[in-house]
Amino acid sequence: MDDHQRSKALSDTQMADKDVLIDIFTRADLIMQSDIKFRKMIGAGQLQIVYYPVRGQEVVSSAMMAAINQEDYLVTIYRGLHDQLAKGIPSKELWAEFAGKMAGTCKGKGGPMHITHPETGVMVTTGIVGSGIPIANGLGLASQLDKDGKVTVCCFGDGATNIGAFHEGLNMAQVWKLPVIFLCQNNLYSEHTPMAFATSSDTIKQRGEGLGMRSVRVNGNDASEMYAAAKEAVEYARAGNGPTLIEAMTFRFHGHLLGDTGHYIPEAEMEQALKDDPMPILRQQLLDIQVSEADIAAIEAKNKAIIDEAAQFALDAPYPPGDEYRIDVLDVEIAA
Amino acid sequence: MSDAPKEIMFAQACNMAMAKAMADDPKVILMGEDIADEQGGGVFKVTAGLSAQFGTDRVRSTPISEQAIVGAAVGSALVGYKPVAEIMLMNFITVAMDQIVNHAAKLRFMSGGQTSVPLTIRTTTGAGTGLGGQHSDMLEAWLAHVPGLKVVAASNPCDAYGLLYSSIMDPNPVIFIENTPTYFTKGPAPAPDHVVPLGVASVPREGSDISLITYSRGVGACHAVAEKLAGEGISCEVVDLRTIAPFDEETVLKSVAKTKAAVVVHEAVKNFGTGAEISSRIHEELFSELKAPVGRVGSGYAPVPFSPAIEKAWMFSEGDIEREIRKILG
Repeated sequence: MDDHQRSKALSDTQMADKDVLIDIFTRADLIMQSDIKFRKMIGAGQLQIVYYPVRGQEVVSSAMMAAINQEDYLVTIYRGLHDQLAKGIPSKELWAEFAGKMAGTCKGKGGPMHITHPETGVMVTTGIVGSGIPIANGLGLASQLDKDGKVTVCCFGDGATNIGAFHEGLNMAQVWKLPVIFLCQNNLYSEHTPMAFATSSDTIKQRGEGLGMRSVRVNGNDASEMYAAAKEAVEYARAGNGPTLIEAMTFRFHGHLLGDTGHYIPEAEMEQALKDDPMPILRQQLLDIQVSEADIAAIEAKNKAIIDEAAQFALDAPYPPGDEYRIDVLDVEIAA
Repeated sequence: MSDAPKEIMFAQACNMAMAKAMADDPKVILMGEDIADEQGGGVFKVTAGLSAQFGTDRVRSTPISEQAIVGAAVGSALVGYKPVAEIMLMNFITVAMDQIVNHAAKLRFMSGGQTSVPLTIRTTTGAGTGLGGQHSDMLEAWLAHVPGLKVVAASNPCDAYGLLYSSIMDPNPVIFIENTPTYFTKGPAPAPDHVVPLGVASVPREGSDISLITYSRGVGACHAVAEKLAGEGISCEVVDLRTIAPFDEETVLKSVAKTKAAVVVHEAVKNFGTGAEISSRIHEELFSELKAPVGRVGSGYAPVPFSPAIEKAWMFSEGDIEREIRKILG
């Protein structure tokens, strides 16, 4: 496939409303700055964690989450910081969890790969590729039975479409017409392997169509195009029509995990991807629609303050007591 | 109910427990392959009539997709449902192990207690029916080794009713193992409000010379051997664990402290089976009081064979139990 399809001219989708674009930018900038700060702190030895960078994929999840409500559900994966922040998990609790602290979302027992925060609808973050898909169906089933009007967004990468859970899960979702949006963030690499090497179909959209599911393929790095696709899928699901597979084309600017140099990504491909960096493009779009430089700078400064406070909070917060391992295994505490 | 039968089959008991749970709690839902009446009410008819009574929204036939079945059960359990997923045969659990081990068992812990998975997985298995290597395995030891899972195996219809109801209402994920070869064996019928708490063993036969610790189909075999040896003046106590994980250490240790001898009996392959853990716990607590080391009886180190001639030789038997008892009591 054409590796640079993602960078083709923006589609003819209409530009999203000003308020929507500001909302998406606000989320995306928080993600970008958080990613940069995490990498910096890990590099400086202030945090000792395995980290899966999200730089380059900020707009996909920001536009998706801008199209749903806080009470809607999210299931995501270990490369999930962007999804979690876009969905609204407070930075302090998220940072504290990444640092393994008691004040973290999961009392330090989940860590970066297993973030849960029901208050913002983040029900599962899984470290097992593809596994969130069947679980998202269960959340969708609950909403369908309860008629509560909620949708579930299930995020995964292109690599997950090569695992059985994807096929079982999408088939069941379609058969039962569940209110689930399967958001495949196609960054063209599953770990170190380029998509064309390990994926038999040209697109992920084709796989959704093969399962009889409404499927679309969009430039996920374009805020307006991604938002329009998200909104349409959400309305379709809320109306009881069933799931949608969104294949959102994007790119990952760093290796699979921090420390991986991404040597397997051809230089020209990376160069082009960086030229297409969705963040400066979105920022310019805001300026183009008469959002002032001062207003944008204020958003960025506010995000920076949130992140600085959260990072410091995470560093200063106490670790959980060792005995915490006996709690939450079952509903009752395990005897020492 | 004056017209209620005095005796029912194991499969009926499971059906009645699910019907009661569904009537008591609208959040109880069932899903599995062919379980609705239109698809036959389950291959062994264990769910027969339930979709007619409660509707196909709550009693759902599914695609042959074990990962998707357990995943859907996990997801709905996270937000207030009490799903009962039927995995037709225990070997098919292998297909859903990621959902069971990495998700059902761990989400409560990994979320710091923010979420929980009150899920029951019903499954059936057992050798001796000529189904060979992929439809007969007892895999309870795998599951009992996973922190966060409860594992239950009833030995008679009355316990099956009370234990399945408790499993469905339990706030933790429970694997409920039914025994195919004894599905249609009758036993005394339970009272409608009969409940058996999880984690509590029973002592269906008291004795003074040796404790036979077992569960599921092993209970029947141990009763038969105990009856035979009673004629020789050997007094066996039978302990039915009922819940394998967490097992009722108190009842087991109390029994062995009294008899000072024990054999652990199960149908599963002996090597690395649950008998090793139970035997080990007895040794840790009561070593100096034992007449002899705790014995173990299980099936042979091989896949379940097809030919009845080989299967019989491979499978744990009353003869094995008797030999082990005689060895221990010298």
